[in-house]
Amino acid sequence: MHDMSQPAVQHGAPTSFMGKHIFSLDHKVIGKQYYALALVAAVIGMVLSWLMRLHLGWANLAIPGLHLLSPGGAPGNVMTPEYYLQLMTMHGTIMVFFVLTTAPFAAFGNFFLPIQTGAEDMPFPHFNMMSFWVTFVAFLVMVASFFVPDAPTLGGWTQYAPLSAVGAVAGPGQGMGVVLWAASIGIFCIGQLLGSLNFITTTLDMRCKGMSLMRLPLSAWAWFITAIMALTAFAVLMPACILLILDHVAGTSFFAPSGMVINDQVLPHSGGSTLLWQHLFWFFGHPEVYIAIIPGMGIVSHILVTNMRRPMLSHRVIIYSMGSLAVLSYMVYGHHMFVSGMNPISSLAFSFPTLVITIPSAIIVLIWLGSLYGSKLRINSASLFALGFISMFISGGVSGFFLAQPSLDIMLHATYFVVGHFHLVMAVAAMFGIFAGTYFWFPKMTGRMMNEGLGKAHFILSFIGAYCIFMPFHYLGIAGNVRRYQAFTDDYLIPLIPVHKFITVAAILTGFAQLIFVYNLIYSRFKGVSATDNPWQGTSLEWSTATPPPHNNFGDHMPVVYHDPYQYSVEGASADFIMQTSPEKISSPDEEK
Amino acid sequence: MAKLFAVVIVLIAIGSAIPIIMNTWPLPQDISVHGHLIDEQYADTMLETGVAFLSSQFLLAFFIWKFSQSKPTDKIKRFPGGAAGLVTAAFLLVGTEVLALGIFGAKAWGDVYLTPPAPNALQVQVQAGQFAFYFRYPGPDGKFGPLHPSQINEANANFFGLDTTNDQDSKDDIVTAEMAIPVNREVHLLMHSKDLGHSFYVPELRIQQDFVPGLDLSVHFTATKVGRYEIVCTQLCGLGHYNMKAYLEVKSPEDYDAWIKQQAALQ
Repeated sequence: MHDMSQPAVQHGAPTSFMGKHIFSLDHKVIGKQYYALALVAAVIGMVLSWLMRLHLGWANLAIPGLHLLSPGGAPGNVMTPEYYLQLMTMHGTIMVFFVLTTAPFAAFGNFFLPIQTGAEDMPFPHFNMMSFWVTFVAFLVMVASFFVPDAPTLGGWTQYAPLSAVGAVAGPGQGMGVVLWAASIGIFCIGQLLGSLNFITTTLDMRCKGMSLMRLPLSAWAWFITAIMALTAFAVLMPACILLILDHVAGTSFFAPSGMVINDQVLPHSGGSTLLWQHLFWFFGHPEVYIAIIPGMGIVSHILVTNMRRPMLSHRVIIYSMGSLAVLSYMVYGHHMFVSGMNPISSLAFSFPTLVITIPSAIIVLIWLGSLYGSKLRINSASLFALGFISMFISGGVSGFFLAQPSLDIMLHATYFVVGHFHLVMAVAAMFGIFAGTYFWFPKMTGRMMNEGLGKAHFILSFIGAYCIFMPFHYLGIAGNVRRYQAFTDDYLIPLIPVHKFITVAAILTGFAQLIFVYNLIYSRFKGVSATDNPWQGTSLEWSTATPPPHNNFGDHMPVVYHDPYQYSVEGASADFIMQTSPEKISSPDEEK
Repeated sequence: MAKLFAVVIVLIAIGSAIPIIMNTWPLPQDISVHGHLIDEQYADTMLETGVAFLSSQFLLAFFIWKFSQSKPTDKIKRFPGGAAGLVTAAFLLVGTEVLALGIFGAKAWGDVYLTPPAPNALQVQVQAGQFAFYFRYPGPDGKFGPLHPSQINEANANFFGLDTTNDQDSKDDIVTAEMAIPVNREVHLLMHSKDLGHSFYVPELRIQQDFVPGLDLSVHFTATKVGRYEIVCTQLCGLGHYNMKAYLEVKSPEDYDAWIKQQAALQ
């Protein structure tokens, strides 16, 4: 733990506009920058999904203005098959990397992890600033690929080789598009590595006096566990991206074997392995799913506890379960490869941990439900989104049982069942975590409250809308509807097109409901009611400092922690919550040891 | 708001289950010998996960309804059994489910992928390339001639790169754009990619397997119902991926014999 007699962070409050708002060393500003980046990325990703959905419902529909984005990709405003795949690839990539990784982990984690640990900043502020700006450059490179000839890539967010490895000969977007994609993701990895080093060190070395690891709130634990995962997962994806770029620019054949023939020409590759890419990608890719969702679990737990006015049935069980998810996530990645040509015995070996990983997931859900029982639940925008997260996580989680079994994956692999599964369990659930976090922490981040009425309307429309979009995906998948098709020309798929039309309408309406959130965010930022220091009567350290927090987080007095993080409804206490910094003595029966 | 939310959860849970219970969008019909193992496994999994899905959503809705009504003066109640009880329940319930699904699922998987094909299975080679499948039958000699990638020439319909001038085994090979097989006879499908990654998916056959360049894979199956079915690609392979398909004709033995003779005459 950090020696509090020595200043850990050497930078003073900035005075210039650039130092304060642009190249800031302050973790809180960096957190907000990450949030703004994620918001812009989410809007782009959502518009891309609208374009895709419109095309899937009405393949020959002219979308006014689309040719302005790409004259070649949308002649006469009608999307070409390759342009559909390019938009699909960018939707997946932007959402997974620049929204689901940055917002719950990098944005909220940056802002609140140091405060919840009782630190005045992260230990390596320059690394932290670099982390954001490197990620920003990665985003620019990715978005730039919309405007570069032979880009963006159409290979999907997984960029399977050899489609991604042999260059422009494989089709539109597979030359410069892949190079830009791999460069962007490689740069993104550097940003996350720098960020996760800071997160880990902050948690282990910067905690204030009295803040034992078990006294950290569940959100802090989630960011800490996620940072360890990010460090090990992005460290694998980055070299994979470098090797992929070398296959394009240096004539190597890491991911391309010999004997491939395109346009009657034998390609000049030899010795590479296409499955090598899949192993490297999914060794990153499956932990990435948990990198996206574990922060949401932590945020939701933290928000629920505050709004249930009671601690979780067991703080430790949630922490151990999140840790188990992290460890197991590296052992399950092969379930993406059951029909890849991998040894069928390997499939069984990957299937078992995939089934087992449902146990810690189920434990977390049961602890949430068990903690709701007998609570004094407060309903507000934040707690609604947190409860919605649980519903989505259950719905998306149960379909995982199907995909964990190779014998069922034969039928469901690469169908919309998979798309429905991962959107509910990872994308929508994580988005709900982001929304919950926003409604909950916005007052602390900006000094103003968000509008509750708008927040509740946003919630109920999003909740119904998300189910209307993603539940039918499962039915399509059961009927054998293959994903990544720009149109459905197969005889057995044509009867399913009305379902796609329904989903498209639901997606557009649900998307419009998000405008309520954007309006609320912008309006409340400038015109919202002023927030008090502790508007939700919370107990953790972010509520014991000013709103918004001063440059060094706690002003003149660094906090001293006396309690477990969630002392709510303690019998005999002076109020229904006791802050971590309160020296009030209690006998604490809450934590089940 | 809490009550509205709880009602919405219940309605969505029931609404989600109805198409499954009514079988509105069913699994495609099963025309394979092994398919019933997959379908039974699917039905078991659907039952178990369906119960888990409905019960947990209902419980969530009920708790939201009930405990959002608590008054500030109410005392916090402890869930019977506490965390230890819930962890035990998760291990017992989910653990049993995991073991059962894992063991029975492994058996179904093993029957498809871990058993060797019968020695007298009909050998058919399928080649995937952007954006078409081609099929090759070994002809009367029962042997496939070697492939020469450099001799592939689409304009001359030499899709596989066969050297019928010099390779004795290639001379009687039969290359087709449609796949026909006799009903109730095992087929050993040898899979080869000409260019990139593709996949062979016939939902009715309960078979899906990727083509991997540089790796020759195989699957085997027996079709049990005469008919015409679609073979589709499920591995993203470029702009024409959505349109990469071929037809599988399952024929009576007599029709199959007539068809293969006809195809041989066309070579």
